[in-house]
Amino acid sequence: MLAKSDDRPRPTGSGKASRKGPSLWMMAPAMAFFAFFGLVPLVGTFILSFCDWNGLGSPTFSGLDNWTSVLQQSSMYHALWLTILMCLATFVVQFPLSLLLGVFMAGRQRYRAVLAVLYFLPLLFSATAIGIAFKNLLDPNFGLSSALHLDILQQDWLGSPTLAFWVVIAVVSWCFIPFHSLLYQAGARQIPQSLYEAAQLDGAGRVRCFFSITLPQLKYTIVTSTTLMIVGTLTAFDLIYVMTNGGPGDATRILPVDMYLQGFKSNDMGVASVIAVILIVLGLSFSLVLNRLSGSDRMESQMEGM
Amino acid sequence: MSVSRRQVLVGALASAPLFALTACGSGGGKKGGGGSSGLSAWALTGGPEQVFRDSFAAWNKANPDHKFTVQYFANDSYKQKIRTSVGSGNGPTLIYSWAGGTLKDYVASKEVVDLTDEIPNLTKRAIPSVLDVGKVDGKVYAVPINNSQPELIYYNKKLFKQAGVSVPKTFDDLLAAVKTFKAKGILPIALAGQSQWPELMWIEFLVDRVGGPEPFNKAFKQEKGAWSDPAFTQAFAKLKQLIDAGGFGDKFGSVVADNNADAALVYTDKAAMLLQGNWVYTTFTTDAKKWVDEGNLGWFAFPSVEGGKGDPSNVYGNPANYFSVSAKASKENQDEAAKFLDQYNLNDKACQELIDMGLIPAVQNIESKLKASKDKDFLLFTYNQTKNAKSFQLSWDQALSDAQAQTVLTKLSAFFLGQATAKDFVTAMNGTIK
Repeated sequence: MLAKSDDRPRPTGSGKASRKGPSLWMMAPAMAFFAFFGLVPLVGTFILSFCDWNGLGSPTFSGLDNWTSVLQQSSMYHALWLTILMCLATFVVQFPLSLLLGVFMAGRQRYRAVLAVLYFLPLLFSATAIGIAFKNLLDPNFGLSSALHLDILQQDWLGSPTLAFWVVIAVVSWCFIPFHSLLYQAGARQIPQSLYEAAQLDGAGRVRCFFSITLPQLKYTIVTSTTLMIVGTLTAFDLIYVMTNGGPGDATRILPVDMYLQGFKSNDMGVASVIAVILIVLGLSFSLVLNRLSGSDRMESQMEGM
Repeated sequence: MSVSRRQVLVGALASAPLFALTACGSGGGKKGGGGSSGLSAWALTGGPEQVFRDSFAAWNKANPDHKFTVQYFANDSYKQKIRTSVGSGNGPTLIYSWAGGTLKDYVASKEVVDLTDEIPNLTKRAIPSVLDVGKVDGKVYAVPINNSQPELIYYNKKLFKQAGVSVPKTFDDLLAAVKTFKAKGILPIALAGQSQWPELMWIEFLVDRVGGPEPFNKAFKQEKGAWSDPAFTQAFAKLKQLIDAGGFGDKFGSVVADNNADAALVYTDKAAMLLQGNWVYTTFTTDAKKWVDEGNLGWFAFPSVEGGKGDPSNVYGNPANYFSVSAKASKENQDEAAKFLDQYNLNDKACQELIDMGLIPAVQNIESKLKASKDKDFLLFTYNQTKNAKSFQLSWDQALSDAQAQTVLTKLSAFFLGQATAKDFVTAMNGTIK
């Protein structure tokens, strides 16, 4: 994203002045980059979705074949349903936790800084490492359960179709809550202290302050974070692929995993491209809807670079 | 730096799949490729990696003008990597594969060359049934390069003795054994359900024991409705009996084969049996040396099914791994590569190295060498399994096209979890035959 320079509202001064800044041409390198690595592959994918290609030789045009076959497969709808369910579930888990954590960490006391470091640890590991680690920890025969001799932990965590889905959501949330708390922490720190002081004079308690000042003031952060959460889940691939490979059966085979398996395991690039296009449409509509719901037509983040 | 805008554009396009599309009409695949101009080969890490290293080193020493550069990759990601490289014309001169469906695709898009007349010595050395797997339409497109990999059942002698169970000869014996172990609180069979492919071994053997190799051969040849053969349904019914009797326990879905967790269940005395490839033997001897030395490891061939048509000597597995020669390489390089395969590949030295590692090279007349090995019992058993097999079939997931293999694995995994019936499987598989 293009970072607007220092024009976010401040307690003092208007900040609007920096609008008349450098010419639009300064955007050219970034735009060129985006065109080559964003738009060109996008168009390529779209064209490929009308072709038959197994990765060898050259693609042959096959008309609407891929589209009709994908749209007739019950597995696609299953994957679509799982994707939407996963978006909702990760949101329900991540939103309240990261909001509370973020607001809590916005405080200035020293011990919070120490805690914050601990909370952010998952963010430092690569998804693959996390996936492999959890896979081994959750192993019912040789994992945590046998190390700690806790029979309650001896579940078929990643092998049971009903459990695996929720385990994946738990791990994904564990992974990304730090990032979203970071957003909320930064958002919360921008709220002018004077608002709280005024509220306290009026006799408002902590809870009242949270709901009447913090939450409304974080409106744009919530929109940003929610969009990132949902789009993130829509493209969540590595962690799930490493942990479950879409399985057991097709219990965690959400669209991105399905796309990869169709493309690189079944070597059906046409079908994979169709799924990619569906994902793009889904992602765009989600973020548009979110923007509408937030009541602002402009995507106006208070976070720099987001 | 004077890079013109056009060069940048071409460069950017070349990296996108779109480039392949623009080549659509012109036939494509004209460009030289093959990485560098020299000879190159890709192989896998682990297993017999050192044998490859030694063979290539010996060749490079003898042929300083035609040296091989060899790269080694981890098994898991290799299949996607090689296919992408071959597809984009950047593949190595020697292409490592499992033959089967992938080889058929390579031949169909003219990525590999016909080696039929190029390898007279190797043709004499290799086990004929193993060599056959590298043929497409009667021509040799891939040659065996390492060890033969039949599948068999390993068992824990300690647990068998403890439960008073003898080695099962028939499916009913096996079912009875499962019930005995279950009653004693021992996991009867270790199964790496999360990896999915170990589940395939069970249905492959059962289909074979019930109906012989023919039912799958028909499916392999893409005959319409081939999967409706009663052998499949009957085999699934048998498998269901095993699953319902608790043969695999209730946590097989979390067990992964990549880290040998299934073998670990056997050598930690948690499970009694394991159906796996002969490559797992080295896992036992390295990870549980003491346990093996105490004489706890036993093995037997997959039991017969009463009234079944399949010969009990029939085996499933990987006959071997294979090298093909890239059609994108220069004629000279192709000839040199074929010479390497004929003279240096699976020669006496390489065979001895494989035997020393506890593996059986896919060549004939090596009994005396096997007898001299410290692992002779196991080596002779699996060697005879390979040599005497009336039919040595390639694992379904390698034999079928990639798309079909994916459907087989997903549906079978759902069957094991009780989420799909045999009928669902048959319908789905018939649907993949166009």
